[in-house]
Amino acid sequence: MTRPEAAGLLLAFLARLITGAQGHWYGSPPKAEQRIYFANHQSHFDWVLIWAALPRDLRAQTRPIAARDYWTASPFKHWLTREVFNAVYVSRVRTEDEDPLEPLADALRNGDSLVIFPEGTRGNKGEPQAFKAGLYHLAEQFPDVQLIPAWIDNVQRVMPKGEVVPVPILCTVTFGAPLKLEPGEDKRVFLARARDAVVALSKVAA
Amino acid sequence: MGSWLRSLTVSQQIALLFVIVFGVLSFATVAAFAKSLRSMPEDKQASYDAMRHDLRALWVGTVLFWIAWATGAFVSTLLFAVVSFLALREFITLTHTRRGDHRALLAAFFFVLPVQYFLAGGQYFDLFSVFIPVYAFAALPILAVFGNDPTRFLERAAKIQWGTMVCVYGMSHAPALLLLEFPNYEDRGAFLVLYLVVVVVSAQVAQQSATQRLRARPAARQISRSFSWRAWLLGSLAGGLAGGLLYWITPFKAPQAVFIGFVAGGCGTMGALVMQALKRDAGVRHWGSRASVTGAVGLLDRVAPLCFAAPVFFHSVHWYFGV
Repeated sequence: MTRPEAAGLLLAFLARLITGAQGHWYGSPPKAEQRIYFANHQSHFDWVLIWAALPRDLRAQTRPIAARDYWTASPFKHWLTREVFNAVYVSRVRTEDEDPLEPLADALRNGDSLVIFPEGTRGNKGEPQAFKAGLYHLAEQFPDVQLIPAWIDNVQRVMPKGEVVPVPILCTVTFGAPLKLEPGEDKRVFLARARDAVVALSKVAA
Repeated sequence: MGSWLRSLTVSQQIALLFVIVFGVLSFATVAAFAKSLRSMPEDKQASYDAMRHDLRALWVGTVLFWIAWATGAFVSTLLFAVVSFLALREFITLTHTRRGDHRALLAAFFFVLPVQYFLAGGQYFDLFSVFIPVYAFAALPILAVFGNDPTRFLERAAKIQWGTMVCVYGMSHAPALLLLEFPNYEDRGAFLVLYLVVVVVSAQVAQQSATQRLRARPAARQISRSFSWRAWLLGSLAGGLAGGLLYWITPFKAPQAVFIGFVAGGCGTMGALVMQALKRDAGVRHWGSRASVTGAVGLLDRVAPLCFAAPVFFHSVHWYFGV
């Protein structure tokens, strides 16, 4: 076992010890298909939680998105995101000739699965904010990739914004049925529908 | 018979207990398997499945317990500390804490819990008895105050305090039994833990099977449809009986062993009822082995009797024998 693999197992173990990281699958079984998981975003811990809730063999091919300026700033952060999580880096500063979604599209062309938080930022209200357009563009470019909504529950209690040490509280990740972009569907309609699918899972989880 | 059992050496008694405990478990497993060969109606099937589930949990618990015992007091203390941690995690999940409680919760999990088990393991029984009721009682709300949030403050502080009392303070008395020093009872501390666990479990099981058969009037219908005084009494008597049968591994005389078994068993089943009320309050409808959607696996339901019985048992023994 390599060191990143061991670190990954340790992290997953810690996440389970602290949160239980229970994955519940409604409408889509945990299968090794190419997928984009999209979820509500409330804490830095969200990605680790989804990752730990996935079965072990799915973790290797499921990748997070990381902001390049923040997650490559120190050698440890860089190592963690590159080696352990195999993150897709995106730059937050927009340049003229670069499509910010290009690294994501590369990863999908590669056959990897992605986890994205379409709200773009961490909210601290119960309801997720409006989704950003990125999800729509990816769905348009890759119609064969399954779009799986996910609802992360309780994690805001584990690590509220501004705190660094997590409190042990049980959390769940509820995965729902795959969503499809209808032919000719309007961007705003689709994004609202995607958001509703995530919110609907919160009712299932409660 | 009793005096002969008493005269055995420690290792002979341990061997005998091993044969008895695992013999009973194996017998129950074989009986359950034999029952599964026959077809049974739907309603029986559900209770049979629940029983099988409990049996598996019992196996896991017993094997863990035995490993901990075989490896010494340190590992047993650690084992109970881990169970305590998981129970407290489940308890806090069920209660509605707010952001301002973050620091208090961190202190409860990562300071109070380890220190309490350290005190148990180090036999500092004076501080062990007062650490949570006195010091943590003062410290946790102080930490919560600086969360700067007055909303339902008393309720939140009380919940954290209560959870720490039950899941950490109560539970920590089980490994503390290992280290009580009775005259002429060296190296047998683990027997007391076994005695307590067996008594509490017997009371719980007897009470549950009694409620299924008796159809007596529930004593607190809003909280539990099944808990009745008669079933409670039967459960406590079963605890006393189990205590009497095990008297030869304890430092007690036979009537004392029966009486203490009765008290500990009755206390444990009451503890389970209280925990059930708490779950109702938190909006959790089911009880027992079914995993709830929050991911709570029902560990709390299983350890609640022990958490309530252990301190009562520990302190009555401590006080009565003056050790």
